[in-house]
Amino acid sequence: MTSSRAFSDGKRALIAYLMGGDPNPSFCYDAALSVIEGGADALELGIPFSDPIADGPTIQAASVRALSAGTKPADVLELAGELTKSVRVPIYVMTYLNPMLRMGLPAFARAASRSGVTGVIVPDLPVELSDEWLVAARAQSLETVFLVSPATSSSRIDRIVEKCSGFVYLVSVYGVTGERSSLPDYAQEFVSRVKNRVTIPVALGFGISRPETVKQAIKLGVDGVIVGSALVSRLANSERESALDELRSYTRELKAATLIA
Amino acid sequence: MTEPEHKAGWFGEFGGQYAPETLKEALDELWRAYQRYSEDREFQSTLSSLLRDYAGRPTPLYFASNLSKKLGGAQVYLKREDLVHGGAHKMNNAVGQALLAKVMGKTRIIAETGAGQHGVATAMAAALLGIKAEIYMGTHDMARQRLNVYRMKLLGAEVHPVESGSKTLKDAINEALRDWITNVRTTYYLLGSVVGPHPYPTIVRDLQSVIGKEIRTQSEEQIGRLPDTIVACVGGGSNAMGTFAPFISNTEVQLVGVQAGGQGLESGMHAAPLIAGLPGVLQGMRTMVLQDDYGQIRTTHSIAAGLDYSGVGPQHAYLKATGRAKYETATDEEAVAAFVELCRLEGIIPALESSHALAYVIKHAAEASKDSVMVVTLSGRGDKDVESVAAFRGEIL
Repeated sequence: MTSSRAFSDGKRALIAYLMGGDPNPSFCYDAALSVIEGGADALELGIPFSDPIADGPTIQAASVRALSAGTKPADVLELAGELTKSVRVPIYVMTYLNPMLRMGLPAFARAASRSGVTGVIVPDLPVELSDEWLVAARAQSLETVFLVSPATSSSRIDRIVEKCSGFVYLVSVYGVTGERSSLPDYAQEFVSRVKNRVTIPVALGFGISRPETVKQAIKLGVDGVIVGSALVSRLANSERESALDELRSYTRELKAATLIA
Repeated sequence: MTEPEHKAGWFGEFGGQYAPETLKEALDELWRAYQRYSEDREFQSTLSSLLRDYAGRPTPLYFASNLSKKLGGAQVYLKREDLVHGGAHKMNNAVGQALLAKVMGKTRIIAETGAGQHGVATAMAAALLGIKAEIYMGTHDMARQRLNVYRMKLLGAEVHPVESGSKTLKDAINEALRDWITNVRTTYYLLGSVVGPHPYPTIVRDLQSVIGKEIRTQSEEQIGRLPDTIVACVGGGSNAMGTFAPFISNTEVQLVGVQAGGQGLESGMHAAPLIAGLPGVLQGMRTMVLQDDYGQIRTTHSIAAGLDYSGVGPQHAYLKATGRAKYETATDEEAVAAFVELCRLEGIIPALESSHALAYVIKHAAEASKDSVMVVTLSGRGDKDVESVAAFRGEIL
């Protein structure tokens, strides 16, 4: 399955992020089903890492929970495999580079592909060091989604987009992942600058946690939004059944906000 | 600088710039500014004056006659970085980068610290140059280096406790990187070792190379030739890299780096990635990393907070891979014994970090002939470690 399924017919995609194996594999599986039932058009599953430098406290805590539960990179790929059997949305894996390197890039790509994963997002793999991974990924028809930040120059955006497939991940703020109440004032200029230079869909993430922010993002002209910390913290803060209900209903609110514009 | 670098920021297969996208332009800006000011006469002359008049350079190359006599082998010289202002070699880098921050127009400096020496040096340099400094430090290190925490506060710096992970140096670097990602437009990240994404390993090595350059001049003057062996401790590896760099092309000079053996390599409680690690990517660099079978970074142990790190500067990984330098370990116990030995024999209290290098010398000097010369970089003074040593010896202060 390619990304086009999430972005088809001019639909604005809601991409839900959960940490793989958080707080344990079966709970995580049910949480993923809940956000998809709630209307998520795609799912991003994190592979927990001991030193997540691009993540704020919420995702850091999720990493700790998942690692404490013994989650290994292969477990997250297996979880993705279980999900792709029963749901029909693209699943992306977000991981730092070292766990991929430890498994071996071709082996990682093969395992991801066997699990039906659509694409891979690696926040500490810059485009100029990505050739070896891209060869492995293309051999398995995996998409590679690169991140672009407000600090990225226009010429660099062009270099990134050339290697990027599926969608472009726009980092909305100078900052790490985490809930924020609104988008920064430079977001409009940033989104427009990227939109003008790319033909594949762009999705905005980092700090988008409320329906109002989703609306704000959609109005800026993005093709999708990525919500992570707001979902992860809902999963962390309640009992299993109520957490699953809460995730489903909150995702529904977020999805409804994408339909406004 | 002292060896051909095939590509800026790479040392063979090690180094590189595995940084989040938000930092890319800032790292490029830093590299451009660094290259420009390395050639700028006014900048270099200001830096030289500060190193001389503020930091107290050059530091002596001191012949440790009592120690040499007792060991009965090589003649042992100490490069006295413990006499640098602030109490460690860290000032060489801190004052250079703080000056760079100033000319780049940055209004805020952040730094990580392990033992607190880099934090103290940064706080001092920032106070001198009138820039606000904020220091990240793991709470485990804050407890064992509480005097340095208070020194930083006295100097006007803000100290941010880091509670994540093992609450040591690696976690402090993570938190500093997150701050930099957030405040990159106004903030200068003053990294304290030869680690992290390019250009830090190069900048910090160059600024610390003053140690090795002085050793060259002083050994020519004092003994009429270059030393046979040069020894330095390696955590991130900045004092060792600064010591080794000017000697890399002199292959007759043996270079020895000493990592923290902690409670012994077999115990798993150590900080010796060059010996027990595997290549990996950590905190922006490809280097030797202590990691598990799944690529998770392992926690480390050393009595010396400044060596308690799961990664190491990429140029050390390269020097090890090419065989140009050899790397050994000293345990907590050996380091404390060396600490006490130097106190008693020479009246010098060495940092616990530097005591690892001394432990190697104590173990191996006797194997060398009496006309051979061993230089050990005494990277810092040990006043900060008095409590840790007392606790290790089961004594209550």
